[in-house]
Amino acid sequence: MNTTRSTVIATRELTKTYGMGEASVIALDHVSLEVKSGEMVAIMGPSGSGKSTLMNILGCLSTPTSGEYVLDGEDVSNLDKIQLAAIRNTKIGYIFQSYNLLPRTTALRNVILPLVYDRTRKHPREKWEELAEQMLEAVGLGDRMDHQPQELSGGQQQRVAIARALITDPVMIIADEPTGNLDSHSGEEIMKLLLKLHDQGATIVIVTHDPVVAQYTERVIHLRDGHIDTVVHNAKNLHKESTAI
Amino acid sequence: MNITEVLRISWEAIGKNKVRSLLTMLGIIIGVAAVIMMIAVSNGTASAIASQITSLGSNLIFISPNFTRNGPQTGAEAGTGLVFTDAAAIEQQVPNVAGVSVEQGTTETVKAGAVSLSSINILGSLPDFPTVRDMKVASGSYFTQSDQDHKTKVAVLGSGLAQQLFGTADPIGQTVQVGNFYLDVVGVMAPKGMVGDVDYDARLYLPLSTVLQYYTPSQFARFLGQRVRTIYVTVSDPKKMNDTIDQITLLLEQRHKVSATAPDFTITTQQNIITTQESTTAAFRNLLAWVAGISLIVGGIGIMNIMLVSVTERTREIGLRQSVGATPNDIRWQFLSEALLLSVIGGLIGILVGVGGSWIFGAVGTMKTVVAPSSIFLAFFSAAAVGAFFGYYPANQAAQLDPIDALRHE
Repeated sequence: MNTTRSTVIATRELTKTYGMGEASVIALDHVSLEVKSGEMVAIMGPSGSGKSTLMNILGCLSTPTSGEYVLDGEDVSNLDKIQLAAIRNTKIGYIFQSYNLLPRTTALRNVILPLVYDRTRKHPREKWEELAEQMLEAVGLGDRMDHQPQELSGGQQQRVAIARALITDPVMIIADEPTGNLDSHSGEEIMKLLLKLHDQGATIVIVTHDPVVAQYTERVIHLRDGHIDTVVHNAKNLHKESTAI
Repeated sequence: MNITEVLRISWEAIGKNKVRSLLTMLGIIIGVAAVIMMIAVSNGTASAIASQITSLGSNLIFISPNFTRNGPQTGAEAGTGLVFTDAAAIEQQVPNVAGVSVEQGTTETVKAGAVSLSSINILGSLPDFPTVRDMKVASGSYFTQSDQDHKTKVAVLGSGLAQQLFGTADPIGQTVQVGNFYLDVVGVMAPKGMVGDVDYDARLYLPLSTVLQYYTPSQFARFLGQRVRTIYVTVSDPKKMNDTIDQITLLLEQRHKVSATAPDFTITTQQNIITTQESTTAAFRNLLAWVAGISLIVGGIGIMNIMLVSVTERTREIGLRQSVGATPNDIRWQFLSEALLLSVIGGLIGILVGVGGSWIFGAVGTMKTVVAPSSIFLAFFSAAAVGAFFGYYPANQAAQLDPIDALRHE
């Protein structure tokens, strides 16, 4: 494993307030954190703790009211909508609780979706399908490429979503309750898949309220009332070389 | 995102909701088809009228008497309306006149064998009538100058009249009783059809002199010349039509001793009649164009309505697309192109329906239809414009969605 790991996420005094004046609500209160490349981190906290707000800012879906967010060496705190869209496209892969696959669209086309919005033209159009096939094979769905979401189980749908998150080769993956809609067996499979990606060097941030999910990660950041409450390091997961599960 | 992908996504979205897409397009389909068919029908009517009128003979000037003139009449030829010698004077004194034909008409009962037809139009004309009026003789021949000179009792039958009187038998050489006189049938005209309200096939064509002698004798004829109903003048150079009309007017005013402000005759041309007809059909066409235009707008509102529903339904999809990197413009284009595609496909179907419908109208009905290529372009681009106009608002709504809210949308 690379010992001189670069910093993927670095936030300084990240603050987000909603509303104006006396009615304003502080959702995120001077949060500073750092995530290194290849880390697998969980963000936990009760509802209202600001974990969704933090996730949205880390995922470049919104910008902080104040403070600084440097993603992969680039300050993204004050970008406009179009610039943020480009960052989301090239640097971030999302995994949602409800998969968010396009209905009545094959797994293959679903995985290709982010490439459609890639302005850097990293991959030529004629390579898209080939690349998407590779991704689907990597998540174990090589035989389900032409299936539509309604023909797939929840676990399989989430695998398609993971393949979609990987296709742009992002610097980090943000997973929002990735097992929230799955039974425990399927949930475990998804977590194993994420661990496998982690072992291959992927940076993964999981937002969850499920301690079982958090157990898979190296570090658990607990949020409370908009600021970081505690940070727990899971020693058993640290510095493991290739404990392929 | 390039245009191929935009169109592909729109096409897929339309394909996923086939019934809804078709219903959405229906307004545009009907609108476009209506525009094309209405223009085709009014074009057909206009061209039918125009060809009928031109088929009467081109470059023709009609002179007919006015019957409204009252008061004391002075002078040898005053107040008599048109007389035979007027025609001769026009032919001799007015330049640019190629031919002059005179007509006098009446109605008589016509009998042949057991068949008796009442109130048949009798038209007295000169031998050059078929030439001047662009008509053809189907069998036999028209009467000759010699018939005109000798007031011979001969008749030429309109095609419909021949059919009614003789059925399938050959009328040439037969005798018909017209009024109190027996006439020899020398020819049958080729079918001409209705022109305005005159059925050219139901008439009997006689030498003018015969009509004047036996059917419309005037007791003053010896002094005043024979009255005629219409004088037809053909001009050699149509560009000088107006000059010729002026000269004829002047000549007849002098001969009839009437002032220019109260003439006892009226001069009309083919062009007058066509213009009148055209202004009527133009008014009709404008009305139809408005109706079709309104149905296009209603179709556009239908598209906007469905697009708004679609944006609401697909809010999560919009959120997802934004989260994987779609910019507001990408989203706007996606929905705008969907609206455009809907209306353009609707427009194309509308064109097929419109052209097909016009053809069926023309083939089955009595109406003649002429599909104007310009109406196809007009209808198609109107449809596209409607799609762009009514698609923009929903597309903009979609583009302005916040990704977080959109992803959270239930």
